[in-house]
Amino acid sequence: MYDFEYHKPGSLADAVKLLSADPDARPISGGQTLLPALKHRLNKPTSVVDLSGIAELKGIKREGDKLVIGALAKHFEVATSPEVKAAIPALAQMASTIGDTQVRNRGTIGGSVANNDPAADYPSAVLGLNATVVTDKRRIAADDFFQGMFTTALEPGELLVAIEFPIPEKAGYAKMRNPASRYVMAGAFVAKTGGAVRVAINGAGPGVFRQADMEKALTANWSPDAVAGVKQPADGLNGDIHGSAEYRAHLVTVMAKRAIDAAG
Amino acid sequence: MPQVTLTVNGKTSTVDVEGRTLLVELLREKLRLTGTHVGCDTSQCGACVVHVDGESVKACTILALQANGSQVTTIEGLAKPDGTLHPMQEAFREYHALQCGFCTPGMVMSAIDLVEKHPDGMSEKEIREGLEGNLCRCTGYHNIVKAIAAAQEVMHGRAQALAPAAE
Ligand SMILES: Cc1cc2nc3c(=O)[nH]c(=O)nc-3n(C[C@H](O)[C@H](O)[C@H](O)COP(=O)(O)OP(=O)(O)OC[C@H]3O[C@@H](n4cnc5c(N)ncnc54)[C@H](O)[C@@H]3O)c2cc1C
Ligand code: FES
Ligand code: FES
Repeated sequence: MYDFEYHKPGSLADAVKLLSADPDARPISGGQTLLPALKHRLNKPTSVVDLSGIAELKGIKREGDKLVIGALAKHFEVATSPEVKAAIPALAQMASTIGDTQVRNRGTIGGSVANNDPAADYPSAVLGLNATVVTDKRRIAADDFFQGMFTTALEPGELLVAIEFPIPEKAGYAKMRNPASRYVMAGAFVAKTGGAVRVAINGAGPGVFRQADMEKALTANWSPDAVAGVKQPADGLNGDIHGSAEYRAHLVTVMAKRAIDAAG
Repeated sequence: MPQVTLTVNGKTSTVDVEGRTLLVELLREKLRLTGTHVGCDTSQCGACVVHVDGESVKACTILALQANGSQVTTIEGLAKPDGTLHPMQEAFREYHALQCGFCTPGMVMSAIDLVEKHPDGMSEKEIREGLEGNLCRCTGYHNIVKAIAAAQEVMHGRAQALAPAAE
């Protein structure tokens, strides 16, 4: 790892100031993605800005028909939070399967969503639940936030503050994990919120995406059978040593069926 | 040079570090606590697991500066000063839960956090899933799982003493 300066601001305003003063400064939350990347010398920040002391980024609370999760909420906190379990059990269940115990003890929802790894879990919940990403500057709809592999609508230095999840009538998540890395080969998050159905697919493509044909089929008939006949085209999906694009396309339908089963 | 002050196994130290110094480097190279191992340095194997403020973390994936002000426990801090082993260490010995021992410090530290997070006890399946972040190249995990199952009974006060391993 190249050396860098370390800052730990106590407020969001101070963090934004540090990041806007230096274009080569990088925020760090749990470090479970950033530190491995820095060890590979994938990038060379002049300084890292530790967000963990910023109260404005913390907390999980129910606000009317929304669940608001602060960017610093760790995977373990989301997995075990009574508020999350009551409002969106599928989200708590998802968090309980991210990485391993130690990754869940440090990794945060803000870091995961800001990073937008195509094989990450949370992006499909954010997109499937039609959540709103709140930053230090603005509010961004999930449909506009994710922009392909490791790319989001966040501008350099812009910080993810919280994510607002509308509370669904039904929601479910299923994934097939790579047996070695345990990252997602293909996953599906299905949700019915205010009568509207959304299906978000992660792991299979270069970024999380909505599956419109499945959304249509489930709007007409909410059941695993309704998506069983919907074929995901392999075009544009990931193919690598772990599985071909055709294999992942097949998995998309299987995972969507399981997700609906899980949603009930 | 930045400084880190932290309490390791009950002893408070202040150490000069670089921004990039990892907690595991501070423990091994500055404090000479070499019980915490580095197996992969890529966040996969769990040989480096220690407790920071009571939570198990991979010490190769946290900056020393991120642990500033915290309470750290390493494998060296588990036994009593008179040498009495922690129930989890005792169980690893009794159940032959190690062969080369390289993974053992991380396994023990992970196992203690798991037991503490499951006051109602864990099934064999939950123990196996809970150890997902710890790799062992020798034992095939079987006896590790048995040791943790036995140790949790002692740690939760449901058994006075460790159940002896079958012959
Ligand atoms: C062994 C291992 C297994 C894993 N398995 C999985 C898995 O199965 N599924 C999964 O989804 N993930 C997995 N992960 C990744 C893990 O979930 C990370 O916690 C997560 O991707 C990043 O969160 P973090 O808080 O650690 O972010 P960091 O590493 O601190 O940051 C990640 C990126 O986001 C930026 N960032 C951080 N916080 C903010 C913010 N508030 N605003 C703007 N930018 C920010 C950082 O600058 C950096 O670019 C795994 C990681 C490891 C090490
Ligand atoms: S050395 Fe830290 S996880 Fe392997
Ligand atoms: S005992 Fe040798 S690696 Fe686990």
